[in-house]
Amino acid sequence: MTNFPVEKIRADFPILAEKIRNKPLIYLDNAATCQKPKVVIDSIVHLYSHDYANVHRGVHTLSVRSTDKFEGARTKVKEFINASNEKEIIFVKGATEAINLIAQTYGKANIKAGDEILITAMEHHSNIVPWQMLCEQTGAVLKVAPINLQGELIFAEFEKLLSDKTRLVAVVHMSNALGTINPVKKIIASAHSKNIPVLLDGAQAIPHMKIDVQDLDCDFYVFSGHKLYAPAGVGILYGKRALLEAMPPYQGGGDMIRKVTFAETEYNALPYKFEAGTPSIADVVGLGAAIDYLNEIGMDALAAYEAELLAYATEQAKHIKGLRIIGEAAEKGAILSFVLDKIHPHDIGTMLDSLGIAIRAGHHCAMPVMVFYQVPATARASFAMYNTKQEIDSLMEGIRSLIEVFG
Amino acid sequence: MFDDLRDLYQEVIFDHNRNPRNFRVMDNADRKVEGFNPLCGDRLTLYLKMEGETIVDASFQGSGCAISTASVSLMTEIVKGKTDQEAQDLFKIFHEMTTGKDEQINLEAVGKLAVLAGVREYPARVKCATLAWHTLDAALKNEQNAVSTE
Ligand SMILES: Cc1ncc(COP(=O)(O)O)c(C=O)c1O
Repeated sequence: MTNFPVEKIRADFPILAEKIRNKPLIYLDNAATCQKPKVVIDSIVHLYSHDYANVHRGVHTLSVRSTDKFEGARTKVKEFINASNEKEIIFVKGATEAINLIAQTYGKANIKAGDEILITAMEHHSNIVPWQMLCEQTGAVLKVAPINLQGELIFAEFEKLLSDKTRLVAVVHMSNALGTINPVKKIIASAHSKNIPVLLDGAQAIPHMKIDVQDLDCDFYVFSGHKLYAPAGVGILYGKRALLEAMPPYQGGGDMIRKVTFAETEYNALPYKFEAGTPSIADVVGLGAAIDYLNEIGMDALAAYEAELLAYATEQAKHIKGLRIIGEAAEKGAILSFVLDKIHPHDIGTMLDSLGIAIRAGHHCAMPVMVFYQVPATARASFAMYNTKQEIDSLMEGIRSLIEVFG
Repeated sequence: MFDDLRDLYQEVIFDHNRNPRNFRVMDNADRKVEGFNPLCGDRLTLYLKMEGETIVDASFQGSGCAISTASVSLMTEIVKGKTDQEAQDLFKIFHEMTTGKDEQINLEAVGKLAVLAGVREYPARVKCATLAWHTLDAALKNEQNAVSTE
């Protein structure tokens, strides 16, 4: 293995010292949400202990300090994903809210009856349902590009579905159910050749690879802080400035206005136009701390280490009789979804939990993917930079033993 | 290796999971209801044959985890010959057994079903055990709609 400082990193995460059912915790449910380093936890405690007040209002010292930290986090996010301007970084609750925001503002303004929205067959429910709701409201049509048995987008079919009625392409960057990393640059080039904007759901991709929104040339990129070692309660909507400028606001309230009279309201400039109400200030500050922490480690080093973990886990899993991996795309992130012959994922989850191993068992908010593979659910081990080969060995040993017990 | 789980996964449960009883379609069923647990994707179809108020036959089809399979398998065995009212009473006792925290289990009343008492320590798994019974309840009330544990 590379000399990635995994032991040093583990020591930064207090929860990794936790015992579960008297055994050391092996946390392999990172795709659902990942754990927080002490610097992130401390940043929240520090804010509330020393700097907290509401942001963007008031001239008193604490309000200024709080605003500085809050806006400082915006700059960190901007640099982290290489956006060209802070105005393109909108704080929202999470990836789900970001997609709903786009559907209800950009979508309502630009998508009409008979128009088409193109997604893929591997989307999370949060990149399906907001579009179905928009379709219901507008009479637009949702189109779904199919995947193959490896869990890869069938690109030729995707291109065929790009029609002169397509108004938006909304695609997951990395699938949470399969681990597949989509060929997003190709997708974007293809859509842009027809002047169709592209939204990338980066909820899973963001903690695993360097994201450069300018290089990708995506029109929207959304993600949640809680999957990026930051607190839950904050997420990011990145949008190209011209698109965001042209979009109507999402919610009305404080902070998003410039001037209010009972006759009319003048909306605030970007990014505040989309940030009505008091935001989750401490969570935003925590996101800034998480980004600092990740920058110190380096996303490239992290990605290389996780690739080794995934390759190792995949190799080990293939040696287990009766185990079938769900999702074997050539381009894959650190997710191992699997089923066992005659053993339900829920039983796998409970049995592994008794060994201190946390995995996810279920449909992963991607029911159409389960239908495609004709399984009710899968078991999913998802890795983060603090996981180790030894933990994967324990997982495999656990799986072997439970197969034996079920007999 | 799985010592902690002995209360949850008793040998009887493995046995019913491997060889579920009354696992068949019933062509001449009087009642047929589907149960669904959206959390884990468990699905089952329950069939009942009634004579007056009495359940004379019960069978099921579907796929689920070991707990839910064993639960429905045991249930189809135990309700045969019981009246509608007796089955509903049993459901009540079963429900108390699987959800009640401190209550004494009335071993006599639940009989074989006692092997499922272990789920009370696993809140995430209670629905696996009760899905069968919610489905039965709907069938006895002659509700045609699919039952969901959510
Ligand atoms: C691919 C993908 N998209 C969107 C989401 C939604 O994220 P959140 O629940 O944080 O809004 C998730 C979370 O599971 C996800 O995995």
